[in-house]
Amino acid sequence: MSVLVYTESEKGKFKKNAFEVASYASAVAKMMGTTVTAVAFNTTENESLATYGVSKVLLINDSSLATFNAGAYAKSISQAIKSTDAKVVILSSSTDTKYLAPLLTAQLSAGYVPNVVQAPESTSPFMVKRTAFSNKGFAHTQIDTDIKIIGVSNNAFGVHEIKTDISVEEFSVSSDAVVNDTKSIEIDKVIGKATIADADIVVSAGRGLKGPENWGMIEELAEILGAATACSKPVSDLGWRPHGEHVGQTGKPVASNLYIAIGISGAIQHLAGVSASKTKVVINNDPEAPFFKAADYGIVGDAFEVVPQLIEKLKEFKAQNG
Amino acid sequence: MKILVCISNVPDTTSKINFTDGDTKFDTNGVQFVINPNDEFGLTRAMWFKEKQGATVHIATVGGPNVEPTMRKALAIGADEAFRVNAEPTDGFYVAQQLAEVVKTGGYDLVIGGRESIDYNGGMVPGILASLTNMNFINSCINLEIEGDNVTAVREIDGGKEKLSSSLPLVVGGQKGLVEESDLRIPNMRGIMMARKKSLSVLEPVDGIKATEDKKFDKPAPKGQVKLATSVDELVDLLHNEAKVI
Repeated sequence: MSVLVYTESEKGKFKKNAFEVASYASAVAKMMGTTVTAVAFNTTENESLATYGVSKVLLINDSSLATFNAGAYAKSISQAIKSTDAKVVILSSSTDTKYLAPLLTAQLSAGYVPNVVQAPESTSPFMVKRTAFSNKGFAHTQIDTDIKIIGVSNNAFGVHEIKTDISVEEFSVSSDAVVNDTKSIEIDKVIGKATIADADIVVSAGRGLKGPENWGMIEELAEILGAATACSKPVSDLGWRPHGEHVGQTGKPVASNLYIAIGISGAIQHLAGVSASKTKVVINNDPEAPFFKAADYGIVGDAFEVVPQLIEKLKEFKAQNG
Repeated sequence: MKILVCISNVPDTTSKINFTDGDTKFDTNGVQFVINPNDEFGLTRAMWFKEKQGATVHIATVGGPNVEPTMRKALAIGADEAFRVNAEPTDGFYVAQQLAEVVKTGGYDLVIGGRESIDYNGGMVPGILASLTNMNFINSCINLEIEGDNVTAVREIDGGKEKLSSSLPLVVGGQKGLVEESDLRIPNMRGIMMARKKSLSVLEPVDGIKATEDKKFDKPAPKGQVKLATSVDELVDLLHNEAKVI
């Protein structure tokens, strides 16, 4: 029985995390001597999953499932799992997937471990390493149930190419999968802007910016870098920036390749939330700011001087390096 | 309306995390425990419903006697009655099964839990609980309005938010946004005195699946020294040539 992976999409196109979870599923399948089957909703370009080791796609083409509904998606994925008799299921850490995962877990009486950061340590017993205590620690967790569900941490395992032959098969879900328990009324999302969950680079600013009117340079810096913008907790509590930008222990986690913190001192809760980022840069006028102890690179200086200089330098850099 | 708020007893957000017993257990030495922040936003929203629309608010926690001070704090904030399921909360599925029993016995219209606890970060208890009790479920909820049985809610999505309609009975995975940080309440002396007299019942656990087990813990590797750049030119050069992130 193959490893089953849910490859997420938006408007028919696979999300970036689909390729990471497919890569993860391939690593697990290799350990278990089996293949990878993906389940996807209303997607095109399904062959692109072959690059990441998926040998079969169960394609659910159903217009009643065009928009995400956690209950309906969980029921559909659960039917795919039962039909393939899969024992290991791989999911992403997106907000939508973390919404459906517990529903799927209950339907299958499965063991679910989210926030997993590397390939299983063993598959018998099934042991995975995950973050705990909001990134202040790791747990090595054993899953004891027949069906095991793994939520892979964003940008932790990475995308790995492993070419394989692929077949796409239509999979119909029974009509009871469509549920009306909750209905989407309206989605409010900025199109074309990097999100904190997906962005390779996140530019974040704190109270050192002195007021919401000074965020223009943060947004400009983010735009040049193709980055998402974020902020510290006090800034969101003061209402300078929307809640959705708050990163840290009680806000959103960040796992980008580059995290730039401007005017953020680095409270322990903030550091926990951003520690999964690969490279951290701090710009702060206080050399004693705790963030310097957690960062890879830094500049001690006034944000109002350093950031405009950095913008000019990066414009130059982008012009030279495309 | 009858509301149950599920509360997790967690280390304060400023806690330094250490492990003990050969790295198999969380070291509670010197750690202050609090209501899980995501649960506290839910509790505060429940108090709002109680005061503005009329509701009874119960709380439930799975844990040993050590969790009672945190539960008393929730009672001091204004919850009416508390239930403690006397079992160690080592696995999300198991905790959800225990809470499902409380929900079935109490017949609640609305159950609010935190989107995730800040200790084990499982983020699964509200969703599994909703499934086990056949209630509707909204996760990462940042706004909740109830009129009769009709629910209008907003949930966070990656890069934005989504408005949803649903109906009671409902389970909510809550977080900041249900109420603002400034709406959180510090119990006053009268609340603390009254909380001592409120009912806190201890229930024995039912048999349940323990789906997962944390065998060992460790801490992140210590961070190397920060490299300070003296100019933005040097910084951009380091990020491009050394870190290779731009």
